[in-house]
Amino acid sequence: MKGTFYWSVRRELWEHRSVWLAPLAVAAFVLVAFTYGLSRSAREIAATLSALPPGKQQHLVTMPFGLAASVILLTGFVVAAFYCVEALNTERRDRSILFWKSMPVSDLTTVLAKALVPVAVIPLVAYAIALATQAMVFTVSAVVLKALGADIGALWAKLPMTSMTLALAYGVAVHALWFAPLFALLLLASVAIRRPLPWVVVSVIALQLLEKIAFGTNYSGAFVKYRVMGAMTEAFRTDALREPVVQLSQLDPARFFTSPGLWLGLVAAAVFLSIAVRLRRLREPLS
Amino acid sequence: MATIEARGLRKTYGATKALDGVDLEVGAGRILGLIGPNGAGKTTALNAILGLTPCEGELRVLGRDPWRAREALMREVCFIADVAVLPRWMKVSQALDYVAGVHPGFDRARAERFLARAALPSGKRIGKLSKGMVAQLHLAIVMAIDARLLVLDEPTLGLDILFRKHFYDTLLNDYYDGKRTVLVTTHQVEEIEHVLTDVAFIANGRVVLQSTMDAFETRFAAVVVRPEQAPQARALEPIQERLVLGRSVFLFDGRERAQLQALGEVRSPGIADIFIALMNRAGGTAERTA
Repeated sequence: MKGTFYWSVRRELWEHRSVWLAPLAVAAFVLVAFTYGLSRSAREIAATLSALPPGKQQHLVTMPFGLAASVILLTGFVVAAFYCVEALNTERRDRSILFWKSMPVSDLTTVLAKALVPVAVIPLVAYAIALATQAMVFTVSAVVLKALGADIGALWAKLPMTSMTLALAYGVAVHALWFAPLFALLLLASVAIRRPLPWVVVSVIALQLLEKIAFGTNYSGAFVKYRVMGAMTEAFRTDALREPVVQLSQLDPARFFTSPGLWLGLVAAAVFLSIAVRLRRLREPLS
Repeated sequence: MATIEARGLRKTYGATKALDGVDLEVGAGRILGLIGPNGAGKTTALNAILGLTPCEGELRVLGRDPWRAREALMREVCFIADVAVLPRWMKVSQALDYVAGVHPGFDRARAERFLARAALPSGKRIGKLSKGMVAQLHLAIVMAIDARLLVLDEPTLGLDILFRKHFYDTLLNDYYDGKRTVLVTTHQVEEIEHVLTDVAFIANGRVVLQSTMDAFETRFAAVVVRPEQAPQARALEPIQERLVLGRSVFLFDGRERAQLQALGEVRSPGIADIFIALMNRAGGTAERTA
């Protein structure tokens, strides 16, 4: 028999269909936009491409793949943040917490299942959708360029497929780990506060404003920026991000996995989640 | 071992004493009605029994401390804490999948039989079902779980009378087997009276009376007293005297049947009547001492 943890995760995906619908919708949009743009100006693109030096050619060829993947993954992480804010709150608003608590499922299992969704399930779903979209982008450009009589063989030769796919997987994994404390904090807010979303937004803004007024500094702003953007700076080689990440040499796992920011973040995530478990145990329906 | 053993349960919210030393013992196979006004501590007591809220005092449910072992306890305890707590976004079939997945004591085929009998569409979302259907779904799920204790907190609130009757009939005929324990609270006391084996009154955070229904019916009596005998009836210290359609009805606590029969027609009073009488008397005493 599959355990209570499996079913606890499964039920989250039944409830929060935006977890896969939102990235899917964005993927569909990207694909339509790409097909439209390519079919309208394929000739110009082909002309520009052949006029460029080989190094720049690779940039242009890989760009749509990287862009499509980033937009989809970004959507995934935004959805994940919203998911966290709601995850332990809706069950209290609609009183269904009384049903969930009538089942032999511990609060620990419940909270961990809800934490797994943003940290693992959404990134994996978004990654799968990103890969599928890239495959479609590939197919569409092959068909369009073939129809124009372009030399696609030479073009594809410039596409570092394997390293692109691996770099993307790496990017997803480091972001999921880096964002873990943020997700855990949002989950904690969702169980600790009656109306978590406005509270989270207002407190982040208020903190920066207060600091600015009181001390004229903006360390809190820098800290928020670090926790949001940090994976980019910690997990990739400096300067790597000025161009599309397509080569494994652009990754810097050694630095990322020895970064105190990562480990302190994971410790904080564990603390937030353990407080969330304790609070969930005490929680009753709102109203 | 009793199913529920509670001694001196206390719980305060700020200055309010929700539970002020609740003692309660419920044996296996009993159907206990917990009766009390709003704010008497019924829900708090049930929440403590279900491990939803911590409280002071000694509490054992099926031998476990509910607050420390809710997860383990819920394998043997079912509860319907309210009408309409099933998640509205869930499909009926998903609800069955989920419970089948997490509950080792759930018999899915049995639940599906109940649902088929109630003509519940399994592909629909719970939010699209009528209130009565949601209650039926919850009942079907609960009845398909092999539990030793079932707790019902206002399970039929807001449902129409036909459905309420059907609810308790189904519970008695298809669920209750003489070994399971059922604990139920409701405002519609008259509707569950005939179902109960035991009754407990709760007021101001205390259990003021706990009795089997047999003992209850022997202890309390209502007498329609002939006007000329009213003074004699008053001499027996009734717990309540009231006029019903121009006739005096006296309620007595622990008087000999023979004595009462001399006064007029003796009837078994309803739980609600006795409850009101006892509450008024307690209120009156409090006023006099104040």
